[in-house]
Amino acid sequence: MSSKVTTMRDAVADLVRDGDTVAIEGFTHLICFAAGHEIIRQRKRDLTLARMTPDVIYDQMVAGGVASKLIFSWLGNPGVGSLHAIRRRIEDHDPEPLEIEEYSHFGMVCRYVAGASNLPFFPIRSYYESDIPTVNPKILPMTSPYDDATEVYVVPPLRPNVSIVHAQRADASGDAQIWGLLGCQKEAAFAGERVMVVCEEVVEESVIRQDPNRTVIPGVVVDAVVEEPFACHPSFAQGYYDRDNAFYLQWDRIARDPETLATWLKEWVFDLGTHADYREKWGAAHWDALRPGDAMSGEVNYGRYA
Amino acid sequence: MSAVAEPDLGYSRTEMMIAASARGLEGATNCFVGVGLPNIVCNLAQRTVALDLQLVYESGVFGAKPERLPLSIGDPTLATGATAITSMFELFAFYLQAGLIDVAFLGGAQIDRFGNLNTTVIGPYDAPKVRLPGSGGACEIAIHARHILVIMRQAERSFVDRLDFRTSPGHSGDPAHDAARGWHGTGPTSVVTDLGTYGFDDATGEMTLITLHPGMTLDDVRANMGWEPKVSPDLGETPAPTPEELRLIREELDPRGVYAK
Repeated sequence: MSSKVTTMRDAVADLVRDGDTVAIEGFTHLICFAAGHEIIRQRKRDLTLARMTPDVIYDQMVAGGVASKLIFSWLGNPGVGSLHAIRRRIEDHDPEPLEIEEYSHFGMVCRYVAGASNLPFFPIRSYYESDIPTVNPKILPMTSPYDDATEVYVVPPLRPNVSIVHAQRADASGDAQIWGLLGCQKEAAFAGERVMVVCEEVVEESVIRQDPNRTVIPGVVVDAVVEEPFACHPSFAQGYYDRDNAFYLQWDRIARDPETLATWLKEWVFDLGTHADYREKWGAAHWDALRPGDAMSGEVNYGRYA
Repeated sequence: MSAVAEPDLGYSRTEMMIAASARGLEGATNCFVGVGLPNIVCNLAQRTVALDLQLVYESGVFGAKPERLPLSIGDPTLATGATAITSMFELFAFYLQAGLIDVAFLGGAQIDRFGNLNTTVIGPYDAPKVRLPGSGGACEIAIHARHILVIMRQAERSFVDRLDFRTSPGHSGDPAHDAARGWHGTGPTSVVTDLGTYGFDDATGEMTLITLHPGMTLDDVRANMGWEPKVSPDLGETPAPTPEELRLIREELDPRGVYAK
């Protein structure tokens, strides 16, 4: 299998186009901030950004001017509070309006499932007696065609033009292994037209084959593989580095004031060429402090059936 | 909120909320946990009234055993040592929608007398005064978890006569309608605030004041809600936090006072 390994700069330039629907997934865990920063640096425009939880990464990207629309299910800074740049766009149209399309978590997950499964819609038991369907005409009631005539709501498939997911490790053809919180990395990857896997480490194919149950995304759906350590900071990669909760708290202060935010973007995104520069700017002590102790999984015996 | 004198009782109002909420989990087994206060409440209940409580997080964790107080519902400490980590699809479909969850915590910016919750917007949806986070999993949790426990600080702007937006359904005000819904969930069963505890009236589905916390008065309650509260004829006083509850909160669960100050 030929290698799909490339740089973040080339992968973003190649796969992300103005006007695209882009999903950088990862539920608290494995959120690829480095890809978001590269999209800002390359001044992509008019993107529809999809994510269950827009998180600080989409606040940064919205402030960076790349987005005209947001698709989401929970719009906040987890454990901290608000996403101020996004709120300014929605509440005050400052500096311009931002279109939104919102679901519940289960609705968003099932949009990816429908997209990944080539289904026209996905039925769920949710939204009953809620106002959410009144503000999102894509969430529609439907009666089961079977005997019990159960009322459900259906959500449409989500097929991002580009899905960007982070994994702890992948081989050069994109077979990716994830442990810890899985979010909907798998669903988003299978739903995407073009797929970028970013990982902490590119490993030999034999490492993947040693533990196939841990493979979440097969290389067959992957277009580009980027090795980028600490790419999820201030989010985390289980077993590699902790969530930088202090930065999530700091972001609340940075993003409250548009000028402070613009200065931050200049210093930490535009003035840096690559994520390697970002790692260096934080410094080794910062990364050491985020490293967890060990908690190894036990081994299982797959058996050899020769 | 309207000024309520802070009595010196040897514990904070937040500690009273935590202790009262944890007691509401007596006998519960599978509990959907939110971040912040519910998290510390569930961890307290696991050490006091619900020893077999499984902590379930929408991030895909069943049976979490956190070694530190998680700062978000996706904290890595929830993954290490858990019973199971599932995809979010499995968590919402197989665990929640299929009816395995006994009890879940919800809160919001606004609640009405029937326990409907708003976490979406203050003001009109298309021209919001304050854009709130939205549903997350709350809408489906409200529908599928057998019992909903609400923890919210009480204030006139949050205990409102009419919600600006109904994100998560509570009781409808018509118990016959509620019984015919066919949901796993029976709606909110209790609300714990910093002033007292409420149940919901069987005949009307309306929030009813059951106990006042020590030092709080009916006038404090009235001054901090947007409707005339229904009061139980057996209105009592919430038992104060026990020394053991306070020790667990202060020494084990939240030694840095992040939540329980």
